[in-house]
Parts: sequence; structure tokens; C-alpha cells
Amino acid sequence: MTVLKVRPPAVTPAARTEAGTNRGERLSALAQQHGALVALVLLAAVASLSFDSFATGDNIENMALSSAFLAIVALGMTFVIITGGIDLSVGSVFVLGGVLAAWGSRHGTLVALLLPLAGCGLIGLVNGVLIARTRMAPFIVTLASMLAARGVMLNITDEGATTYLVDKNSLFIRLGQDELLGIGIPVWITVVLFVAGAVVLRRTRFGQHVYAVGGNEDAAALMGAPVARTKIIVYTLSGLLAGLAGALNAAWLASGVTILGFGMELDAIAAVVIGGTLLTGGLGFISGSLVGVLLLKVIQNIINQVGSLDSAYQQVVSGGFLVLVVIAQTWLGRRQQVI
Amino acid sequence: MATDVVPRRGVPADRAQLVQWMQEYGVYLGVTVLLLFNVAFTDHFLSTENFRTQAVQVAPVLIVALGMALVIGTEGVDLSVGSVMALSTSLLSLYLGYGPLAALLVALVGGAAVGLANGALVAFVGVQPIVATLALMVGVRGLALVLLPQLEDVHDPTMATLGSGDLVGIPYVVLIAVALALLVAFAVRRTTFGRQLLAVGDSRPAAQLAGLPVRRVLIVVYVCSGVLAAVAGFLATARLSASDPTSLGNLMELSAITAVVVGGTSLSGGRVRIGGTVAGAALIQLLNATLIKHNLSPSWTQIAQAAVIVVAVYAARERGRR
Repeated sequence: MTVLKVRPPAVTPAARTEAGTNRGERLSALAQQHGALVALVLLAAVASLSFDSFATGDNIENMALSSAFLAIVALGMTFVIITGGIDLSVGSVFVLGGVLAAWGSRHGTLVALLLPLAGCGLIGLVNGVLIARTRMAPFIVTLASMLAARGVMLNITDEGATTYLVDKNSLFIRLGQDELLGIGIPVWITVVLFVAGAVVLRRTRFGQHVYAVGGNEDAAALMGAPVARTKIIVYTLSGLLAGLAGALNAAWLASGVTILGFGMELDAIAAVVIGGTLLTGGLGFISGSLVGVLLLKVIQNIINQVGSLDSAYQQVVSGGFLVLVVIAQTWLGRRQQVI
Repeated sequence: MATDVVPRRGVPADRAQLVQWMQEYGVYLGVTVLLLFNVAFTDHFLSTENFRTQAVQVAPVLIVALGMALVIGTEGVDLSVGSVMALSTSLLSLYLGYGPLAALLVALVGGAAVGLANGALVAFVGVQPIVATLALMVGVRGLALVLLPQLEDVHDPTMATLGSGDLVGIPYVVLIAVALALLVAFAVRRTTFGRQLLAVGDSRPAAQLAGLPVRRVLIVVYVCSGVLAAVAGFLATARLSASDPTSLGNLMELSAITAVVVGGTSLSGGRVRIGGTVAGAALIQLLNATLIKHNLSPSWTQIAQAAVIVVAVYAARERGRR
């Protein structure tokens, strides 16, 4: 029972049963699930026709690599949003993960990987416990932990003045910069994580609990689903994945950058929503979030290709695009039966 | 001066009464404790100059928090306020050539337009407030940067007076903030609009069934929030005598929400406490000042603020129960 959940205007029971067999309803469900994919294909086609440098191997490789980090964050966010929650701390946690990894890399690869996972997983765990046990609104809890994570990060880096570098010869740096079959390691990791995420969400008991909690928390509790445990796991997962993404990003950049990554929570939420996951919870899928991330990155790439537009336009376009998607989703959601 | 319109719910147990008392007056207690601590342990705390500085610093946060309190009263939240401040400062710089009054008007219209967009998304489309205002937060910050790509100095005698002048020792900025607080408190307690706002926040379906203009109330509330954020942007620009759309208003939504929540306004709507919001803003300001004066770095103030938010929301949580 998130406090801020505003229910869509009431649908009368008659309208619901009638809509069950409606053809328009099936169409709008299709549009909601695959609209982003269609948009992505169209946009990529237009871009590769308009810009010579778009469909080149280098550019695609760059896009894939820079999408990987956001995609890992968005994966955790998808789980959180399907339970009807939200995690605003991931941007700060991502930065903290990067700094911890770079700091820890001086003590070996294992520390460089485990330290950010432990630290960021702990933040996620605290989020989850506060949200599940005290029933505070997820947005306010994660807003607070966003601030706390940022504070911890600034504390470690002497108020942001110190940037820890990753040793050029370490094994850890190869995790971010090496390639396997011509594709960067972070991209491989992302693919593996998404496959695993999809299997967990679709094929395991835990995945069913995630959907049940998001669909109707009280009903899920009455059915015997472990509501609190599911929520705690989901927020911990989100923290872990944000930390991992930050660590990989640090390996890729060879340093724990203290300024990049704030505001990433917005991109992650946008990607998940664009991918067709409902913010009200209970409905959503992993593959959509990947499509959402790619769509955002293609838009960003196109804006860069135009050249004359500076990066501020990208924020305008992202914001406007998100508004359009949310309007379309609400409209489509009203036309179909959403549990 | 608790702006408490909802009648107290009778709670029998002693512990429950204590919890309720803390919810009502905890913020004032916090401010008092911090004040006493500083009087005892901080050098040069009891000087007029110090209090003036603190008041001037807290004024923009307070003005934004007033609008936020109204929005939270309707069970919503407005994350776009910081970006509206940035938009306001960009528009000010661009239109200052037509005089400060014209520039202020343009800035206010800009803020109102963002509020209108927020309100329309929430009221007509039915988008969750947090998502609608998140989208505008991103978009409007970008717009502010498109309009004014880098920091620009503002040279205007009227604005300079407004930013650093005072009336019988009280800075104009503070006077404006106090006047706005009184105005909003009056609107919440004594007007039909205030009653309707609380009814919508308490239960939107019930307000709808009672025939209240729910959509209009929601839109007006978000427009108010946008306009107040624009005023805050104007005053901040006047004080800094520079327009900096990159950094102005960053994390402002967080400070404003903190002030409101710490002040005892529940996130589940139906209740607005303006007195508590003023005290909440003062509490955060005092906390930051205390940490800074005792040589703790800014990172600690962020961690402390996060802890205060969690404690305040945890304490206010019982009230949200129905």
C-alpha cells in the first residue's frame, strides 16, 4: 500500500467484463507491450538512413557498451517497479559503487568487486527493511538513502576532491575494457543478467511473488505470499545491481568518477516505463526494460549525431518523451483490463 | 501556530498520546533543542548577523516548501520545483532587458506553465504525481539550460536592493517569505479552496462524490507550487546577483519535502501544517549550520538530513493509518 499511489479513475464492473473480449483491448495490450520495440526499430531505421555514421560497427559497439551500465540498473528497477515501488537511490548508489570499486581495486580484484556489492547491497537492504517493515512510502525512503549514499561517497572522496584511479594492469580493469568475440565484457554480463532476471521473474516462485505483491499487496498477503521478504529481496537486488553497474563503469573508465551517474535513477525509471512496465505495479517484463534503455540511448545518439544540438536538448527530449509514454500508457491501460 | 484542520483522533493509550504529541510538536522541540545546543556550544551564535544569515539562507527553501506542503496535502508530490527555479532564473536573465517587473512576470508565467502541465497530467490524464513531476523535472532543467547555457551575471539595481536590502533590519527576502507563509496559511485555514484541498487529499473518490471540483483543485495546487518555486528562483537570483541554471535549485525538491515532512504534514494527504513547515525548514537550516560550525564536512550534513527524513516520516507514519 504505497501512500502515493493514485488509482486511475474508476472503471465500472460492467465496462470491465465487456472489455474482456474486446478486440481493441487486445490491440492496446499489444501496443503497450511491443510499442517500444516498434519505436526502436523505426527510429534505428530512420537514423541509419539519415546518418552515415549511425549504423557503423564502432557506433553500435559504443552504444551497446554505454547502454550496458544503465541496463543493469534498469533491471533492478524493473523488479522494484513491478512490486509497485520505486527506487530513487540507484543513481547515487551507482556512483558510490564506482568509487568503492576504484578504492578497493588497490587491494585486488576480489575486493574491488565485493566491496561495492557489499556496500550497495547493504543500502538496498536498509531500503527494503524500512519499506517492508515500517510501511513507509518507497519514494521517501529511497530519496533519503539517495542523500545518504551521496554523503558517504563524498565522505570517502574528501568531498569529491579525490578521484581514485584503477591500476592499469589489474585484472579488475579488464572486466570493463576487455572484449570477448568482439563484444565488450560489460555487454556480456548485461546479457547474462537479463536472461537470469527473466528466468527468475517468469519461472520461479519468487518471481510470482513479485507480481502478486505488485498486483494487490493485501491479496498477496492473504494468499500466503511473503510480502515483506519479497520487498526486502527486491530492494536489495536493486542496490546490488546498481553497485555492480557502478563497479563495471569504474573498471571501464579506469577511475571512480564522482560526478557521473547522478540522475541515473530518472533514466532507469524512464527506460522501465517506456518498456511497458506499469508504475502501479503487478504488470511488466524484463525485455521491455532493455528495449527502453536502447531506445533512450538511440535518441541520445541521434541528438549527438545532429551535432548542432547540445546535451541540454537531450534532457528536454527525454522529459518530453517520458511524458508522452506515460500519457499513452495511462490511456492504453484504461482500455484494457489491468488486474 | 499549527495549521491543523483535521480534528484530533482520540487515542486512549499513554504511549499513543506521547507519539501523537511528538507528531504535533516534535519539530518545535527539535528546533528548541538545536537552538539551546548552539547557544551553549557554538561561538558567536547569538548575534543578529548570524540570525540574519540563517534567515536569508532558509527563505527560498521555505517558499518552495509552502507550495510543496499544498501538493503533499493533496496526496501528491512535486519533484519539478528545483528545475522550475532554474527555469525562472534563465527567463529572468533573458527578459531583464524589459525591466525587473516584466522579467519577474515572465518567470512567474513560466512557473505557472510548468505547474499547469504537472496538474493536467495528474488531474486529467491520471498519471501518478511522482512520475509526472519527474518527467517535467528532467525536461524543464534541460529547457532552462537550452535558454541560458551558462552562468550569467545579473546587474540590476532593483534586484540588488531586493536581494541584499532590508527594512528595519529584516531582509526583504525574509519579509517576502514570511508574507507568503501567512498568505498560504490563511488560504489553507480560512478559504473554501483550503477546505477543498484537504478534502481531495483525504479521499479523492469521496471528494469527487461530494461534488467538489477535484480536477480544478489539483491543477490550482500544482500551479501554486510552480509559481512559488519561480518566486524562490527570482529571490535566489537577486541574492546571488547571477543566473546559474546548472546548479540553482539542485536537490531543492528534497529540502522542501524534508521541511514539509519534518513539519508533521503526512505524506498520505488530507492535512497541511504551514507552521510546522516553517519550523521544519528552520530545523534543517539549523542542523546544517550546526554541523558546519562544528567543522563537519558537507557530506555529513547530507547523511544527517537523510536520517532526519527517515525519523520524521517514521514518526508521522502512524497518522497515515486509517
